Amino acid sequence: MSKLIISPAPHIHSGDSVSKNMVGVIIAMVPALLASLYFFGMGALIVTVTAIVACVLFEYLIQKFILKEETSIADGSAAVTGLLLAFNLPSNLPLWIILIGALVAIGVGKMSFGGLGNNPFNPALVGRVFLLISFPVQMTSWPVVEPLSMQYTDAATGATVLSMIKMGGQTLPSIMDMFLGKMSGSIGEVSAVALLIGLVYMLWKKIITWHIPVSILLTVAVFAGILHWANPETYANPVVHLLSGGLMLGAIFMATDYVTSPMNPKGMLIYGVGIGALTVVIRSWGAYPEGVSFAILIMNGFTPLINYYVKPKRFGEKPAK
Amino acid sequence: MRTFRIGGIHPKENKFSAGKKIQIMPVPKQVAIPLAHYIGSPSEAVVKKGDMVKVGQLIGQANGFISAHVHASVSGKVNKIDVQLDASGYKRPAVFIDVDGDEWVETIDRSTDIIRECHLSKAEIVAKVQAAGIVGLGGATFPAHVKLSPPPGKKAEVLIINAVECESYLTCDHQLMMEHPEEILIGVSIIMKALEVEKAIIGIENNKKDAIDLLTKHVKAYKGISVEALQVRYPQGGEKQLIDALISRQVPSGRIPVEVGAVVQNVGTTYAIYEAVQKNKPMIERVLTVTGKDAPNPSNFRVRIGTFLSEIVETAGGVPENTGKIVGGGPMMGRSLMNLQMPTAKGSSGIVFIRNEEAVRKPVKNCIRCSKCVTVCPMGLEPFLLMAQSERNMWPEMEVNRTMDCIECGSCSYTCPSNRPLLDYIRFGKTTVGGIIRNRTAK
Repeated sequence: MSKLIISPAPHIHSGDSVSKNMVGVIIAMVPALLASLYFFGMGALIVTVTAIVACVLFEYLIQKFILKEETSIADGSAAVTGLLLAFNLPSNLPLWIILIGALVAIGVGKMSFGGLGNNPFNPALVGRVFLLISFPVQMTSWPVVEPLSMQYTDAATGATVLSMIKMGGQTLPSIMDMFLGKMSGSIGEVSAVALLIGLVYMLWKKIITWHIPVSILLTVAVFAGILHWANPETYANPVVHLLSGGLMLGAIFMATDYVTSPMNPKGMLIYGVGIGALTVVIRSWGAYPEGVSFAILIMNGFTPLINYYVKPKRFGEKPAK
Repeated sequence: MRTFRIGGIHPKENKFSAGKKIQIMPVPKQVAIPLAHYIGSPSEAVVKKGDMVKVGQLIGQANGFISAHVHASVSGKVNKIDVQLDASGYKRPAVFIDVDGDEWVETIDRSTDIIRECHLSKAEIVAKVQAAGIVGLGGATFPAHVKLSPPPGKKAEVLIINAVECESYLTCDHQLMMEHPEEILIGVSIIMKALEVEKAIIGIENNKKDAIDLLTKHVKAYKGISVEALQVRYPQGGEKQLIDALISRQVPSGRIPVEVGAVVQNVGTTYAIYEAVQKNKPMIERVLTVTGKDAPNPSNFRVRIGTFLSEIVETAGGVPENTGKIVGGGPMMGRSLMNLQMPTAKGSSGIVFIRNEEAVRKPVKNCIRCSKCVTVCPMGLEPFLLMAQSERNMWPEMEVNRTMDCIECGSCSYTCPSNRPLLDYIRFGKTTVGGIIRNRTAK
């Protein structure tokens, strides 16, 4: 009582913190991680642990030895980046490639812009796309599903659903298998149901709002639906679009990254529609079978512009009835 | 259940003093009655050192229209007229009176009888409210007679009674409703008469179910008045938010409530208006909550204006050991007090003890652009952007982004996961931008 603190209002705080949000995101990713450990076994575990450890370590080293500032690895954002990077990699990727990916994600994608909060592009996607362009063979040879497999780089590989569609003339897995995640693909992207559980968790905990994931998924469903309706021979069924590739992962965990997405509901909807539309365009007419990563990075680039022009609904803007 | 449509938060309610009967604080030995108000010009003292005064006697003359009279809250001898540190952190003029007995001005009806009939005209009511020095008890202490006199050409359609008490911890309005429901309803009818409106709505948050039930029971006898339960959400007690919640009209930027046909009065003010009009009692006391997580005895007191806070706290069991900050008012919009050697003002709604660990702000981190501040802003502003612009002295940009609309509710700072001092910077920007606007319009 001898020394009273004087400060302006408010005098109470919600107790929310950066690390609480990051831990929330990590918890939301656990179902997808478990699904992946089941479908791909040891490889998924090695890649995930390597990516997380590498991202946290690189952030620590850069802050300690290059920037000479207080380290911020305790906030959990580097671990989230590592986990998201792993989710975007095949489970048979060699260690040295993962390390390069982590270095690019943290070093180029995040720290070179000033660390958390200042990066214009999603760091995990920067790392992933860098690897995709640099190591196209390793990045697109996906292990086939083998529950609780003990294999890592020597796992048998197969095509993803989207590359099967691109090549044509192959039998796709059943919708149920795709929904559960019994198909080839990156570690975190295969199980739609596990990702959706994560989405529900994040909405419940108010970590994110519905605007971005819903607008992306709806846009893809509508756009792909129109194409499919016009020409079912060439264009895949919208349900296949929704359940395949990195769409669920991208819509739920990558596009909703706080730092690189717009700051108000209207802006988020524009951003989400943009990602959805670009994804279908790249998948249908682009050189790559999958386009979610590119679509998100392109819309990340538009985020400052969206924030500048699209303002939240102001109180009393138009006198309501 | 109704509520306002943009933003809002729901802090833990912590209403420890709910249901505690209003205790009458004994008349102190000395009072310092503030002449300055939170809003408007300070009043001018009309007594001098050595004068003998009675309870209810005018001691400070209002200075201009947006100002209020000040009355002696005790009887005794004027000791001095001097400056006194108050909740604003400044030393401002006050009348110090040494108490001698408790002699009241004869015209004041001190009985507890409820006077229902009011045959006064509109002008007579306004004059009585003005003479009684009544100000808004919600915190802004805006003179009540000003709100009862809408500007020419503007006509009120509905009277809104603010019984929301959306700040956590505080319970003074709640307890006042529980103990004086009929007086409050008579007060509402008197204000309706002064404003010539047919309709009044009393808005109460749903965490005060007993008060809702009690007023609903009594309200049947009053024509045109209704009670509306509101979803618990801060800052519903903000004038603009409450109007939106109750009648779905949003007061446009820079306008006043009467432009959408509404006049808002706080429930405590309504009770004071009843006392002024029906009992000739000027504003000489108010109800105040003393509370906190470790408060030995969270309670509601009726205190004479000018009573030193230290005496009230002493009566309530003293300052808890673990106190790091003492807030005058609610924890979201109140002011942190330098000490307790300051008097109760007309706008003092509570004394809240904040624990050491809650009193210290956590270290500020980078903005992670989570947009939670945008989501909770009840005015639809972008606090993260306004703060960034304020840090960079970007005043024209702040004006374009409507910084002047900010009601300083603090929801942004409360919510920020990076503990950023959003409201501090916005307040600073508002002061500067406000000055720029005043200069421009003056030319």
